[in-house]
Amino acid sequence: MSQNLLEIRNLAVHFPIKEGLFKKTTNYVKAVNDLSLTVRKGETLGIVGESGCGKSTLARAILGLNKPTSGDILFEGESILDYNPKQMHQLRRDIQMVFQDPFTSLNPRMPIGEIIAAPLKAYKTTVNVEQRVKELMELVGLKPEYYHRLPHEFSGGQRQRVGIARAIALEPKLIVCDEPVSALDVSVQAQVINLLEDLQKELNLTYVFIAHDLSVIKHIADKVAVMYLGKVMETAERDSFYQSARHPYTNALLSAIPLPDPEKEKKRERIVLQGDLPSPANPPTGCVFHTRCPKAQPICKEKLPRLEQMEEEHFVSCFFPIEEEQKRALNT
Amino acid sequence: MLEVKDLKAYLDTSTGVVKAVDQVSFTVKAGETVGIVGESGSGKSVLALSLMQLNPTPLTFYPQGEILFEGRNLLGLRERALRKMRGNEISMIFQDPMSSLNPIFKIGNQLIEAIRSHKKMPRHKAEAEAIELLQDVGIPDAERRMHEYPHEFSGGMRQRVMIAIALACRPKLLIADEPTTALDVTIQAQILEMLRTIQNKYGTAILIITHDLGVVARLADRVMVMYSGRIVEEGSTADIFYRTSMPYTWSLLRSIPRLDEAGQDRLIPIQGQPPNLVTPPKGCNFSPRCPFATPECAEIDPALTERRHGHRVACILSEMEFEEQKQLLEAVDRKEVLA
Repeated sequence: MSQNLLEIRNLAVHFPIKEGLFKKTTNYVKAVNDLSLTVRKGETLGIVGESGCGKSTLARAILGLNKPTSGDILFEGESILDYNPKQMHQLRRDIQMVFQDPFTSLNPRMPIGEIIAAPLKAYKTTVNVEQRVKELMELVGLKPEYYHRLPHEFSGGQRQRVGIARAIALEPKLIVCDEPVSALDVSVQAQVINLLEDLQKELNLTYVFIAHDLSVIKHIADKVAVMYLGKVMETAERDSFYQSARHPYTNALLSAIPLPDPEKEKKRERIVLQGDLPSPANPPTGCVFHTRCPKAQPICKEKLPRLEQMEEEHFVSCFFPIEEEQKRALNT
Repeated sequence: MLEVKDLKAYLDTSTGVVKAVDQVSFTVKAGETVGIVGESGSGKSVLALSLMQLNPTPLTFYPQGEILFEGRNLLGLRERALRKMRGNEISMIFQDPMSSLNPIFKIGNQLIEAIRSHKKMPRHKAEAEAIELLQDVGIPDAERRMHEYPHEFSGGMRQRVMIAIALACRPKLLIADEPTTALDVTIQAQILEMLRTIQNKYGTAILIITHDLGVVARLADRVMVMYSGRIVEEGSTADIFYRTSMPYTWSLLRSIPRLDEAGQDRLIPIQGQPPNLVTPPKGCNFSPRCPFATPECAEIDPALTERRHGHRVACILSEMEFEEQKQLLEAVDRKEVLA
């Protein structure tokens, strides 16, 4: 159980900004900057962050779709960065992805049976493709009779099931889910989350689950990492994370989410962050969060905090993490 | 102030007539915040657009009903009279702040245009008012930002500009259609906070339309829950969240992952898909997905009836029957979780 399936070491993904007649590189968008994370076999790592924090770039880097500027990605202990195309082809069997938008991630002219069969055909794994597809459809809760129907005949939730069936077709070890439920209605969202949980148990899957919704993450993840401007601000086991988040940004995020409970909403102390996310092309000096941090001190402007261990498995990148006693005072 | 009576808004499509809004009645009093909650396709946006008479015609038609704003029926009003009313008395903000502003005009000019098209005043006066509006909605350095273009503003800032334009003529009612759905949570928190300050300052009534029950709990005084074109439950925020009496509202509240509750219980989704509005199910629209459904539900179409003061419910189950069934279902859930 405790074996690391995926290990990301000091990963950086920078995109050049080119300007002028000669397309001279003037600056870089530092989408992911010096980021380290590990995912153990069978667990779910939830990655949370606002738009522009680099979470999708990270997902693409794990799949080998973005070339990292520096750092390393290890899958089952092996670095995937210097894989040749043949090895990469094999790797893609083991790492699959579920996309956010169930409307654009399925070919509108392809019957859903064909969509699910595509990975099977690409890897020539099974002799009886149609039978396997029907098995998969049943596994994700779609009627096998729908084999010849086109994506537009399905609702968002059902399309997401097609996307999931396609992702598990090759029995991958790791599935990267990039905001898989954020385009769905609340009542359908629960169906898809339950399906992902069931499949994880049944097929012994590992998930990297990217979302901006901390309540969904709380439900599905074993471990949570919060990203801000390409960096990890805080990472911890789920319970430790939700009971005693230590980073000021995490606390602001948690308090920003409206609770479906009017009494609690009235009593809650709210930390409203000022301003917008700075541009990742021009991140602030020192701690990247200091421009919006309610607890910022002069040192935050100058020095970059490192991820420090607070408790077992709980790391925070902040010079002034929130203390336990303060935290309790905030809650009551 | 606003009274909607038995409103029907139907859409004429190639597949048939869609009953997007069906027999909807409600009121909004001056200065209060009313939330409309529903999933996509529940008719909440069509309802909002109907209030402003902005639905495309003749595609949309209103076979029945009245929209009374301060006693005047907006249905059947001439376009000129409507234009006068829009922005002046009722204004609206939309979900997508990226596409609601004209990209080729400066923010300031767009604001000044909005002010001057409703009020006769010299340009420099309108300019001063525009700057004040931008400050009201929390845009720092407003004077300089008047001369910037929409692309220089972030999503949250653009939504603030939209709100400033909507408030330009001090409307009595502001309709906000999913105003924060496209924004990040920290920005959403800023906008919601700002809406509340604005309301306190100007006494504007707000009709907020959202799918997020949390937003409603934070902001609204009263809530209406919509399902397939109908209002299925209406009451004070406390009625809806603590004295839930309609199976759909109850199922919806139960199906969302909660940040404020411990444990990782299994989510309890609502089975099935929302109904097709061209051929809605017989009887109660929710009956095919309802865990409480009785054979009668497929026959009788329940009317929205008042249970307690101000708390209206569309369900044939009585309060006692609902409570009993609810406890039964909750007991079953707990066992499932244990097993």
